[in-house]
Amino acid sequence: MFYFAVRRLLWAVPTLILIITIAFFLMRLAPGGPFSKERPVAPEILANLNKVYHLDESLPEQYLRYLGNILQGDFGPSFKYKDFTVNELIGLGFPVSAIIGGVAILIALIVGMGLGIIAALRQNKTTDYAVMTVAMFGITIPVFVVAPFMTLFFGLFLHWLPLSWSKEDWTSLIMPIAALSLPQIAIIARLMRGSMIEVLRSNYVRTARAKGLPEKLAILRHSLKPALVPVLSYLGPAVAGIITGSIVIEQTFNIPGIGRHFVQGAINRDYPMVMGVTILYGALIVFCNLLVDIIYGFLDPKVRYD
Amino acid sequence: MKNKLFNWSALAFASAIALGTATIASAQQVLHRGNGSEPETLDPQKSTGVPEAMIAVDLFEGLVTYGLNAETVPGVAEKWDVSKDGTVYTFYLRTNAKWSNGDPVTAEDFVYSFRRLVDPATAAEYAWVVDPILNAEQIRTAVEKDMTKLGVKALNAHTLQITLKASTPYFLSLLQHHSTWPVHKATVEKFGDQWTRPGNSVSNGAYVMAEWIPQSRIMLKKNPYFHAANSVKIDTVYYYPTESTAEEFKRFQAGELHIANDIPSDQIEFVRKNLASETHISPYFGTYAYEINLTRAPLGQQVKLRQALSLAIDRSIITEKIFKAGQVPAYGWVPPGVPGYQQQQLDYAKLTQAERNALAKKLYAEAGYGPNNVLKVEILFNTSENHKLAAVAVQSMWKQVLGVETTLTNQEWKVYLDSRDQKNYQVARAAWIGDYLDAQTFLDMYKSNTGVANRPGYNNKEFDALLDKAAVTQNAQERQNLQQQAEKMFLNDMPLIPIYFYVNKHLVKQNVLGWQDNVMGFHLTRYMSLKK
Repeated sequence: MFYFAVRRLLWAVPTLILIITIAFFLMRLAPGGPFSKERPVAPEILANLNKVYHLDESLPEQYLRYLGNILQGDFGPSFKYKDFTVNELIGLGFPVSAIIGGVAILIALIVGMGLGIIAALRQNKTTDYAVMTVAMFGITIPVFVVAPFMTLFFGLFLHWLPLSWSKEDWTSLIMPIAALSLPQIAIIARLMRGSMIEVLRSNYVRTARAKGLPEKLAILRHSLKPALVPVLSYLGPAVAGIITGSIVIEQTFNIPGIGRHFVQGAINRDYPMVMGVTILYGALIVFCNLLVDIIYGFLDPKVRYD
Repeated sequence: MKNKLFNWSALAFASAIALGTATIASAQQVLHRGNGSEPETLDPQKSTGVPEAMIAVDLFEGLVTYGLNAETVPGVAEKWDVSKDGTVYTFYLRTNAKWSNGDPVTAEDFVYSFRRLVDPATAAEYAWVVDPILNAEQIRTAVEKDMTKLGVKALNAHTLQITLKASTPYFLSLLQHHSTWPVHKATVEKFGDQWTRPGNSVSNGAYVMAEWIPQSRIMLKKNPYFHAANSVKIDTVYYYPTESTAEEFKRFQAGELHIANDIPSDQIEFVRKNLASETHISPYFGTYAYEINLTRAPLGQQVKLRQALSLAIDRSIITEKIFKAGQVPAYGWVPPGVPGYQQQQLDYAKLTQAERNALAKKLYAEAGYGPNNVLKVEILFNTSENHKLAAVAVQSMWKQVLGVETTLTNQEWKVYLDSRDQKNYQVARAAWIGDYLDAQTFLDMYKSNTGVANRPGYNNKEFDALLDKAAVTQNAQERQNLQQQAEKMFLNDMPLIPIYFYVNKHLVKQNVLGWQDNVMGFHLTRYMSLKK
């Protein structure tokens, strides 16, 4: 197990370098640059700007300079938000995104698993249909519809909750967390139901029941663990995605997270910003997948790492 | 990493304090303003956009500043003299002007800031604003390396002399621009790119930076050292980036904002009806237009075709059915609002649309086009619902009146800018918001020598000559006459089709006093207060 983890972590290094390389050159293929404006910047001023940000060097030179800086932990300045470095913007935004996303995924896991299990146990009964109908809504209604509806209803009409994020008021986190977790609850509930039904039909569960094992034990000890495997596979990339923030949620609730840096950095041609968030996201996916693989070992006795 | 801006551990402490002081703080006036988007930088020499300028005007004060109607009023300079030939300005600075750390604001501070603006190492995008100053252009283009050659001198601590290369009658309105505002030398040198941060920032305006949470809020506190601090009523002002106008509108309605920066176009009718006393819609110093690439046949060669296309656009449909906020149909390029400037219009502005359509058909036929020889046009615009609606409307007007086949191409913002820069378009949506209150800011980019900024590739030596002459004409009336002639010529040559003049759209709570709609859209917090 230990060697497995070390090997995987070592593999992460070339994976990340590959991600960096592809992202770096793909960004530069897009037409337009960080300093293109409605009124074009005069050529001599553009030359000054390019010099300040080393954009006057050849692409391979810029690439090597960038790799060198990353090795020293320096993601460079933001081309768009000139008073901050990418390190600072990520350092300020990531904790906010991670807390909101982390709580959302935790809630989704508890509620989603619970609903999925109940639906599986009441398969093809009213409860099952009710849960799955609600889940279907949760998956199909996009967050850019849910979030504005929530601000309208709970914020403006009922005046229960503040519409925008503020660090002094924890209630301002309720709506963004709810909006983020709803679709996840739906997805996890569906996954959980599906795999639970499959496990309940398997031979060893039938045997356990035939031996007269109490239903509670048959479900909790023998069914739950293997049924969790598909949910876990989904969670790896999902967690990485959710804790790096969502542009829709952040713009709707004015949250200072890093979700919008990803999309807006690309739109603004803020190369270092996009690279920084891409690397963080890539590293998180690698890490989450590793974690998931390790947990598999505990859940499924058939999985062994040697 | 240092984490000065944001400290989670302080959260609990701060909220405890907030609760405890809630009753004491009720006497404090706190204003909440929606501000469009997150500022790119609050360094006045480096910033370029409107949201930045709105905050900077609270933080800094130039030699002159904006009055309640955005007119030019004395700022740090109490008064000034202009030499007879209009080339030497002597500014007498207030002796009580202070930085937020108590240091006096001196003429040397201005010398430093002007040099910083034109220094190629600063790479200031708006460095060209001060091109009228002696040697400014030479220094920013690195032709002249000696900074002391810049025509900005401190005669003594409180007297500043600015020498221009030629008389520039609109020079004072240039000094309203944020790139000319002073920065505190010791602070800039000590903190480098981080000098604008809370804790580091030192400024000379009515407010000082107190907190900056990127993408969420900026808090400014009253500057006790400001020379007019006694007249400043608002103690704390919050600026919020409000990229989603729909959410900003809800926040305004819920009372979280006193001022909304924009009104969603689908809510214009609603606010007019239900929030009439809080709705502020007024002319803005900007024009929406379709630029035509003059380097491409056939539109580039045939002015009749361009005029036919312009005539066939029923602008009132675009303003009334699509944008809906009282935008004014435009038949000229310089928007209304420049004092003394007589607005120019295309001759057919006064005709009815039916008459215009008839004229359009005539010109179209004269240019050799008709049912057997159909003109094909491509309209390029940046991806946006309203630009698309406007383009679809124009497409159908051209089809109905002239039979023109129009294709619509939308591109993401930076790609669209690149296409325009490369002259890789036929007709493109364009817009310009004036940098300073003078017709010059709308006309000078279409001179034949402005390079890439002249996106249609307009090349008319007579137009250039009129503007060059206007630039050095002392008499305001004569100068504006020349500009008016230049604009008229420009409109008749039609390198662009003006469509409408912009409006400012704001929502302001009724308890906010001291808000005055103005054409430049500047609303300094120092003039505002909250009704108790």
